[in-house]
Amino acid sequence: MGNVTDPVLLVIVVVTALAFDFTNGFHDTGNAMATSIATRALKPRQAVLLSAALNMVGAFLSLTVAATIAKGIVDSGVITLDVVLGGLVGGIVWNLVTWVLAIPSSSSHALVGGMVGAVLAASGTDGVLWHGLVAKVLIPALLAPVVAIIVSSVGTRLVFRSTKDVPQPENDRMFRWGQIGSASLVSLAHGTNDAQKSMGIILLALIAGGAVGQDSSVPVWVIISCALAMALGTYTGGWRVIRTLGKGLVELETRQGIAADASTATVILLSSHFGYSLSTTHVATGSVLGSGVGKKGAHVRWSVAGRMFTAWLVTVPAAGSVGAACYGLDRLAGPYVVFAFLLVAAGALYGWSRLRPVNHSNVNDAWEGPSDVASRIGESIVDHDPTLLSQAPEDHPEPMAQR
Amino acid sequence: MTGFIEWGALGKIVVVGLIVGAGLPALFAVGVRSLAGPGSMNDVGQRPRLRIALALACFGVVLGAIVTAIVIIGRGGH
Repeated sequence: MGNVTDPVLLVIVVVTALAFDFTNGFHDTGNAMATSIATRALKPRQAVLLSAALNMVGAFLSLTVAATIAKGIVDSGVITLDVVLGGLVGGIVWNLVTWVLAIPSSSSHALVGGMVGAVLAASGTDGVLWHGLVAKVLIPALLAPVVAIIVSSVGTRLVFRSTKDVPQPENDRMFRWGQIGSASLVSLAHGTNDAQKSMGIILLALIAGGAVGQDSSVPVWVIISCALAMALGTYTGGWRVIRTLGKGLVELETRQGIAADASTATVILLSSHFGYSLSTTHVATGSVLGSGVGKKGAHVRWSVAGRMFTAWLVTVPAAGSVGAACYGLDRLAGPYVVFAFLLVAAGALYGWSRLRPVNHSNVNDAWEGPSDVASRIGESIVDHDPTLLSQAPEDHPEPMAQR
Repeated sequence: MTGFIEWGALGKIVVVGLIVGAGLPALFAVGVRSLAGPGSMNDVGQRPRLRIALALACFGVVLGAIVTAIVIIGRGGH
């Protein structure tokens, strides 16, 4: 570590990047494991342990780390350590807010939003590549769930067609394994993808801070600490988000679970393969919705889904506001104060979450809240059954009990 | 730089996604059906060989796809 320009700032940025990595882990546990937990293919704690282990393995699986952050969305020339710090804090705070509100929302979009805000505060509107922001972030947020709904609903329909006369215990017993397999793939892909993003941010910070050379590869301690932070976050389990994804949208059984997880894994891998990046969270949510659309008589809570879509559109401006404010705070008062703000905000949000705790013991409790107008209209359209519209919410038939 | 949506990539994701992402669970379901569906046990309570072979073929393809996916992830191809 030769000529580090500002060691204190650099240390704070690295610690904050690891904190972001941690929130990324616990916010996204649900993408892989919510369905397996809801269908009881895995016990809640088994599921988060498996997911954490696979995230860890995934982080070491492929090490093509690029020292980039929000590439193609903000002008890389204006990124300084202060901008990165503001962006990271914006991303973390939005991740925590959506966690408390139990909304699955994309961690990478939160980070992008925070960065956009910090860049706007630092160098005005010229620093943001607006076309990239719309084409790479905002529009994919709308398209990803649609693609996943299509794939997952067709998969669900096909699965139910072949197995409608197979005894339910046999179905549950066998599909359980398929579901665990496909959920594991999602965890593995998440570990590779998202841990590398954090490694890239830290590498970028180390280069910008002068701690390593311009063309340095990622140091071993960065790889290990990123893998650990994400695995720890995953094991902590964002139970609130898991509950919304697994119980809030659709009542899932194992056959829907395998269709949803296979759809999530496939669409994520394909989107990276064809270079059109779709958020894991948006894809996973769409897949769960699709498994409800594809099963006749299933009850999809479109109002819950609508709340999520709103949150996804608000993600960039909301995280951006925090990012911009933190950048300003950093310039006025210094990085210590930004870090102190992060600690206070995280503590306050944690305290808020304790008012209605969700953990491994109540994650699968029945979803309260009556059936609503939006859901009944949606269901009537999906099932081609206009009579559903005339039913009062009270006598809406509950989805078939699985056990 | 004019288009806001990459239709080419999106189309490929949907088409290949349907073949693989919906096809594999459907294949798994065929495997389950051949092991546990109607007629899967003959009079003496055994499964016909043909059904076992069909199930193994289905599960084999699914397993192969999972291994392929792990290789793709490992190569950083995503």
